[in-house]
Amino acid sequence: MPKVTVDGQEIEVPAGATVLQACELAGKEIPRFCYHERLSIAGNCRMCLVEVKPGPPKPQASCALPATEGQEIRTDSEMVKTAREGVMEFLLINHPLDCPICDQGGECDLQDQSVAYGRGASRYHENKRAVTEKTMGPLIKTIMTRCIHCTRCVRFSEEIAGVDEIGALYRGEDMQITTYLEQAAKHELSANVIDLCPVGALTSRPYAYEARPWELKKTMGIDVSDAVGSNIRIDSRGREVLRVLPRINDDVNEEWISDKARYQVDGLTRRRLDKVWIRKRGKLVEASWDEAFKAIAKAKPGKSIAAVAGDMLDCETMFAAKALLKASGSSLIESRQTGMDYDVSNLAAVNFNSGFAGIEEADAILIVGSNVRWEAPLVNVRLRKAAKRGAKVFIVGPAWEPTYPATFLGDDVSVLSKLPKDVSAALKAAKKPAIILGGGGFAAGAHAASVKIAHDFGMVKDGWNGFNALHMAAARMGALMLGFAQVGGIADIAKAKPKVLLALGADEVDFTKFADSLKVYIGHHGDKGAHAADIILPAAAYTEKPGTYVNTEGRVQRGDKAVFAPGDAREDWTILRALADALGVDVGFDSFHELRAAMFADAPALADEGSIADYGALATSVKGNAAPKGTIPAPIKDFYLTNPIARASAVMQQCSNELLLGEAMAEAAE
Amino acid sequence: MLEDKDRIFTNVYGFQPWKLDAARMRGDWDDTKGLLAKSQDDIIEEIKASGLRGRGGAGFPTGMKWSFMPKESKDGRPSFLVINADESEPGSCKDREIIRHDPHKLIEGALCAGYAMRARAAYIYIRGEYIREAEVLQAAIDEAYEAGLIGNNASGTGYDFDVFMHRGAGAYICGEETAMIESLEGKKGQPRLKPPFPAGAGLYGCPTTVNNVESIAVVPTILRRGAAWFSSFGRENNKGTKLFQISGHVNKPCVVEEAMSITFEELIEKHCGGIRGGWDNLLAVIPGGSSVPLVPAEQIRHAIMDFDGLKELGSGLGTAGVIVMDKSTDIVRAISRLSYFYKHESCGQCTPCREGTGWMWRVMTRLEKGDAELEEIDMLYQVTKQVEGHTICALGDAAAWPIQGLLKHFRPEIERRINERHAAMQEAAE
Amino acid sequence: MAARHIAPDTPELRERWGKFAFDAETKAKADWHIAKYPEGRQKSATMPLLDLAQRQVGRETDTQGWLPLPVIEYVAAFLDQPVIRVLEVATFYTMYNLEPVGKFHVQVCGTTPCMLRGSDDIIAACKKRGMKSGHVSDDGLWSFTEVECMGNCATAPMVQINDDNYEDLTAERLDAVLDALAKGETPKAGTQEPGRRTSEPANALSSLKEMVTENHDYRGEW
Ligand SMILES: Cc1cc2nc3c(=O)[nH]c(=O)nc-3n(C[C@H](O)[C@H](O)[C@H](O)COP(=O)(O)O)c2cc1C
Ligand code: SF4
Ligand code: FES
Repeated sequence: MPKVTVDGQEIEVPAGATVLQACELAGKEIPRFCYHERLSIAGNCRMCLVEVKPGPPKPQASCALPATEGQEIRTDSEMVKTAREGVMEFLLINHPLDCPICDQGGECDLQDQSVAYGRGASRYHENKRAVTEKTMGPLIKTIMTRCIHCTRCVRFSEEIAGVDEIGALYRGEDMQITTYLEQAAKHELSANVIDLCPVGALTSRPYAYEARPWELKKTMGIDVSDAVGSNIRIDSRGREVLRVLPRINDDVNEEWISDKARYQVDGLTRRRLDKVWIRKRGKLVEASWDEAFKAIAKAKPGKSIAAVAGDMLDCETMFAAKALLKASGSSLIESRQTGMDYDVSNLAAVNFNSGFAGIEEADAILIVGSNVRWEAPLVNVRLRKAAKRGAKVFIVGPAWEPTYPATFLGDDVSVLSKLPKDVSAALKAAKKPAIILGGGGFAAGAHAASVKIAHDFGMVKDGWNGFNALHMAAARMGALMLGFAQVGGIADIAKAKPKVLLALGADEVDFTKFADSLKVYIGHHGDKGAHAADIILPAAAYTEKPGTYVNTEGRVQRGDKAVFAPGDAREDWTILRALADALGVDVGFDSFHELRAAMFADAPALADEGSIADYGALATSVKGNAAPKGTIPAPIKDFYLTNPIARASAVMQQCSNELLLGEAMAEAAE
Repeated sequence: MLEDKDRIFTNVYGFQPWKLDAARMRGDWDDTKGLLAKSQDDIIEEIKASGLRGRGGAGFPTGMKWSFMPKESKDGRPSFLVINADESEPGSCKDREIIRHDPHKLIEGALCAGYAMRARAAYIYIRGEYIREAEVLQAAIDEAYEAGLIGNNASGTGYDFDVFMHRGAGAYICGEETAMIESLEGKKGQPRLKPPFPAGAGLYGCPTTVNNVESIAVVPTILRRGAAWFSSFGRENNKGTKLFQISGHVNKPCVVEEAMSITFEELIEKHCGGIRGGWDNLLAVIPGGSSVPLVPAEQIRHAIMDFDGLKELGSGLGTAGVIVMDKSTDIVRAISRLSYFYKHESCGQCTPCREGTGWMWRVMTRLEKGDAELEEIDMLYQVTKQVEGHTICALGDAAAWPIQGLLKHFRPEIERRINERHAAMQEAAE
Repeated sequence: MAARHIAPDTPELRERWGKFAFDAETKAKADWHIAKYPEGRQKSATMPLLDLAQRQVGRETDTQGWLPLPVIEYVAAFLDQPVIRVLEVATFYTMYNLEPVGKFHVQVCGTTPCMLRGSDDIIAACKKRGMKSGHVSDDGLWSFTEVECMGNCATAPMVQINDDNYEDLTAERLDAVLDALAKGETPKAGTQEPGRRTSEPANALSSLKEMVTENHDYRGEW
């Protein structure tokens, strides 16, 4: 641990730290544009210059200089001040004076730093450079004249996303950042460059001219568009969510979110269920809450009531439903809407045990039925890191385009019981071998075989559990912890022929199996579930209620309420609480606070925010065929349209049309 | 004057063929095996003792540079020698003559230097515009392979050593050693941050030394004739013979090998037929390639042409590309044209150079015509100071120094133009 | 001094170059270049391959050659590299022509050492013949660029036309070279100064006089 002095203050810094990091540890702010913790060091903006002795008698780029024993660093000398002023001036001479109409306003590094470190008046009397406009697709709005060539966007796409599509063409002052032939940025993480861009060159197209940061209310939330549980910040004004940004969580999403997490939110105001509806003679007609509750009570379900949980539900809603059913004497609860019935008697056998950060250390990885890029883009980022560190990756399932070298073993699941020699050799030789069982793998009945492989290849040992289930539903792990699973899956529920079926945001259920049930849809979007329903009770989306979510690693996280649900819609738990009254049963809580307390009593791990729940050891085997046969399906057909909010989103529709369909059509035309 | 027998590049003008048999008759590839019978460290010591300093511009002691290379590979990584034949500095045209007329000196030097630094191969990076020169060099490499001089068991030494040529494609910045490495890796020639230095992690992340063509090509002769011979030329710290290139307003521009520390006057009188129009007609000289500040006539005439002598005059020996300007020269335009060069060649990576070179050039073009305010002279100077020392590589410095030299020595001339233009504008307005 | 631009991606461009592939000669050379670099480092061959591609386009169009986008894509695919990385290289280095050029690409050095020796006159002579930056003459023969120092300073001023340099120029000497080229002749390359061989003091050799007539071996005098 080298000792250095920063402006006279002696501090010890971790080995391998840079001078910039040393300064930060000493509490000194170092201005920067190109440097970013999660990207390679470019050292090109020259804003972070400091004075360092011993060394040449000129300022040094602190972001790129290793801190070494005995260094004397100055961040406050005249040399540093002039250097910063100089660089600042250079950055501004060709930067347009369009701050008043720039969407980066209020969160622009250039603006902030020029105030803090600039020299005031301009001495530049030449014409400013104008850069021809570029397009980068439906999400990223570009005004390239504002670009300061920090190359963060280039490094992000190459290093993190693994999609080499942005580059810096030409050279010198003519250098221009662009995608190849100005094609749209075409991957699931593309919009992260908007956050990375320190100026207003890359801004959010859907959010263009919507608001200025100081008008916004910022709420901490959890993304529900997949089972990663990305930490997000929800920015709202009045009753409207205007944008979603990533929050930093090194264990989960690091600093990124998927384009869907970011941009499905315009779907929150479209196709909303904001009134109560009752089906009368085949037609849905508006009704009051009272009428609806009466209609349900009239069905006299008694204990013949079931609940199916949708993919984006919070634990509180599920617990409230469970409590309602329990009070009614029913335990007909299920969350695997599409009919899967894998063994859940051991939660470690359905969990991503290595953790997201842990999978980076794996050195041989077998992926069974998962298009990780689409099903969990941020897990794919981790896999790319593992591959960069030398991990061998094998994939069983339908082909997709990984962002790292990987070997496809075909889509026949039977390969699991007779793995090719090189694959088994690689898994055997690995120190930290891992398997990832995705939605397609579960659907093809590969659960038991995957657990067997985990044990056969020593994937579970001291300090390492390489068995990983990768779910797609944000609600899945929470649901399983709350017991939302029947041995035979949803078929068991259909068999029980419940008088009343509560569909809680459940849009993927085959409702024809419930022809005789009174189908009550409690949810927020007029999607498949609502279309099949007899009664619709409008509820809150994830941005409109506080809630607990458990991601596919078993990590318990909570989001807050950003805005009120529209119209007559209410938070889900209050609906279920009122329904209990209507049905004359007692759920044991009257407030959200009491609900949570009861939930924690039922599933104590849910109280432990931020932690990974302890599911015990991986079972030696699980129920199911250890030598499955058949083809692994691809559960996601369209990355942009996987849930009712996304399907209602104009932006997601546009992405689907331009980025996926457009490409398919272009290929077909060739 | 250096005697012909002490010239290393005896075919520098190409009066005789460059081919292997002709080169052999001039002494190249003569018992190379014997030269390499010495240990690697002994060769490095010999080069250190010769006082050879890098001929690529910076003048770093060559033997010392080689000694930074690892003596053994700890992790199986090979080492590489990269030979800098990018020669794109305005005023520099010496490596071209070595390559097209004496290529075997370079190839033999590559083997000797490569052996000394324990490199597995040399890549000669030649500027793209040297098309015919590259053809000759490749043909010479092919000849050397065929004769068993390089390749496996090179020259019968038991040492395996490859020599490859890589052509650039039009970018001055690729002469900077780390930009050259990037370019060799198939990328844009953008200089890397240092540390790590190439000797630790260079080409393909392997230990690498970059040396100029001339630095390498003189090595076999130094080994043959001994360090004492080489260091008998030039002053202390400025040893050896050196190729000078004299362009501009002399009667006979040429490339010529001379002893270091020769005076400017002798160099010009002996080889260049004097200054055009006589010494009184001399205005200024850029003595080391476009990147060094100019020296006015009165200071250059008796100047000693070596690293220290020119440093004392606030300039530098650089590549010894001597650009002579007589009184017919529009000195502001001459420097302004260099500013355009640096703007054109900036790789664009770092802010001060990308933005500063353009700014400086634009102001310079206005100063040419006097289309400026007097205060802008100081401002321009400040801008050069804001670039100098703030960039990733030395191109920024190279862009700043010529302007600083101009402002230092020709400020009255600039002021005159500004005042005259103001007066003319005034008149027109009245 | 022309700003560089990528020729637009049009259906005609795709039509003409979409099926570009290395011919046998180019392919052999490409493989030879790739073999110079260590295993897995074929990216290093990006520059030589772009040059080969440009030369093949040159042969196909009877010009100096240039790099249409589909050709750049072909090179990227040949080396298994992302096309944006190859395009970065193609746009960074000035010798890759991003737009069509003439049969003869006339590149006059205008940097200070040549300027001091009269490159203004050379450029003027080119202009007088109708050449201008970024423009191919109507007969398809000429395109023109003012370039930066070509390393011929001791034989300035100079011009590079395709693969050859013509040095020690005057406007008349340049005209003679251009006229010869236009007629399909092969003018002598190198210095145009009578009696001068290369970069020696013209007609006033100051050293190495023995070398003029014989391959003199100075070792006897050591
Ligand atoms: C912008 C720039 C251009 C350079 N161009 C050349 C060049 O063309 N040839 C050369 O030998 N060195 C050039 N150099 C110097 C090299 O970086 C390096 O110092 C040199 O090749 C080392 O060789 P030496 O030690 O034998 O002199 C250049 C440096 C800079 C900063
Ligand atoms: S100083 Fe200029 S040439 Fe050197 S890295 Fe910076 S931008 Fe590139
Ligand atoms: S932050 Fe160090 S150079 Fe940009």
